[in-house]
Amino acid sequence: MAWTIESVRESLEAKQISARELVSDSYARIERRNPELNAFLTLCPERAYAQAEKIDRLITEKAPLPPLAGVPVAIKDVISTRGVRSTCGSRILETYTPPYDATAVERLERAGAILLGKTNCDEFAMGSSNENSAYGPVHNPAAPGRVPGGSSGGSAAAVADGLAVAALGTDTGGSIRQPGAMCGIPAMMPSYGRVSRYGLIAFASSLDRIGPLTRTVRDAAKVMRIIAGRDPNDSTSAGTPVSDYLSEMAKPVKGLRIGIPKEYFGPGMDDEVRAKIESGIALLKKLGCQPMEIRMPHTDYAIATYYIIATAEASSNLARYDGVRYGPRVPGETLIEMYRKTRGRGFGPEVKRRIMLGTYVLSAGYYDAYYLKGQKVRSLIAQDFRDAFTKVDAIVTPTSPVPAFKLGERTEDPLQMYLSDIYTVTGSLAGVPGISVPCGKTRGGLPVGMQILGPAFAEAGVLQLAQAFEDAGGFTL
Amino acid sequence: MKITREDVLRVAELAYLELSEAEVATFQSQLDHILEYAGKLNELDTSNVQPMAQVLTAEAGAAGATLREDVVIPCQVAEEVLAQAPDAKAHYFRVPKVIER
Repeated sequence: MAWTIESVRESLEAKQISARELVSDSYARIERRNPELNAFLTLCPERAYAQAEKIDRLITEKAPLPPLAGVPVAIKDVISTRGVRSTCGSRILETYTPPYDATAVERLERAGAILLGKTNCDEFAMGSSNENSAYGPVHNPAAPGRVPGGSSGGSAAAVADGLAVAALGTDTGGSIRQPGAMCGIPAMMPSYGRVSRYGLIAFASSLDRIGPLTRTVRDAAKVMRIIAGRDPNDSTSAGTPVSDYLSEMAKPVKGLRIGIPKEYFGPGMDDEVRAKIESGIALLKKLGCQPMEIRMPHTDYAIATYYIIATAEASSNLARYDGVRYGPRVPGETLIEMYRKTRGRGFGPEVKRRIMLGTYVLSAGYYDAYYLKGQKVRSLIAQDFRDAFTKVDAIVTPTSPVPAFKLGERTEDPLQMYLSDIYTVTGSLAGVPGISVPCGKTRGGLPVGMQILGPAFAEAGVLQLAQAFEDAGGFTL
Repeated sequence: MKITREDVLRVAELAYLELSEAEVATFQSQLDHILEYAGKLNELDTSNVQPMAQVLTAEAGAAGATLREDVVIPCQVAEEVLAQAPDAKAHYFRVPKVIER
């Protein structure tokens, strides 16, 4: 089965299937596949069947169906779901059940989507391979024995394997786009402020974004249309009007100027990835787009900047996990000892490493040298993007320098793992939107992802190019 | 090595993180390695660059980012919230004794 939002709707309207059957089929498949994939951490059948019943009633009553009626969705475990355990892939929240829904979740459900459950991820979304989950790694359905990418690895695997029709992930430095690329599905990071972060359990507040992982670009647009927009509960959510993505993206792409940043095509990129992306760019040219080389001179400083800013924000955001209000507590003689033991036991190695790094760069004597310097270089990286978008309409790059690697292959050296985020952290720092779309496979059958970045709040343009690429057969190049 | 064992212990103290001996050693070398890499930012002259502390552009923020009305809305979640706590009693979180005399 390869349901899309579109085919779900057609089948429901034609009464070929009921919402209830869609849910039971999804759970049957999850039961069969999840022991191998480990994509889901928690299922919520009561909530799913209750929602399915509502949708089926609407169909019986011939009432108008909401836009995502009956669409089974999966939600990354860092996004709050009322009454459904949300662990963030961490031991420190292994018993946590949020008392409220994230705005994005509430909007999806109000639009008729059916929540199947919560997906596995790197602990607090910190990782590029999903191997940092306290509940074991996710396996890549498109490449057995290999990582699904991270941190939204469970969401990507669930959609790629047909366990859910769409999923929400979160992207701080590439965590939606990179697993999308490695599992071979479209995956979109919206502009900073486009989708409310209310209910997203914070990792790095100036970088975190919620976005969709789907099987088609059109489905990504359909989810975006629902979750995007101002939310009074998130003061950083933008009031910029949400475009009608589906009609905007139907516009022709002929004449669009595509920037190919020279700095992204240097050493370190896998040869097969390079060849695929070059074919992808050639296809865009065939569609009438104008690829042109551009310079983004501060690209080489993005990883260092990102890992200073993201860890600084994380060290502050994760201070709240102290064994007082939620999660397990490790007793201590004094309050401080209780904090130290609870946190020492509750966090995994990558989270501890980032808290340590973030605390260091914010500490007295080092703040100016690292954190403030990082914020200044972030300005330069954002300026690179603004300059580029005076010359081009979009930027095209690989999503990841390498396809999915083997489980356990890169866990020894954290810096090497960080360096694999090179093509995604730049857009994160600049606040611009981007999508990763499938761009063929390597000879060994590993999916390659091509990234399309656009100016802030130009989601429609990014989707338009992605749709043209999909229509022209780019996914199977 | 620029990062000393004392640096690691000091930062762990600031972050309220209990670390094992093995973790102290590992983090010392890893933090050193990562911070040495981060030192490449010093290649850039940023003396005339403003730090980027805000991502949202003024236009995007202004397009609707008015403050909420300051009105009281019901929020009776105390029971639900306290139910999550490892140790709570009668509308309080209980912690080890803090005040000495």
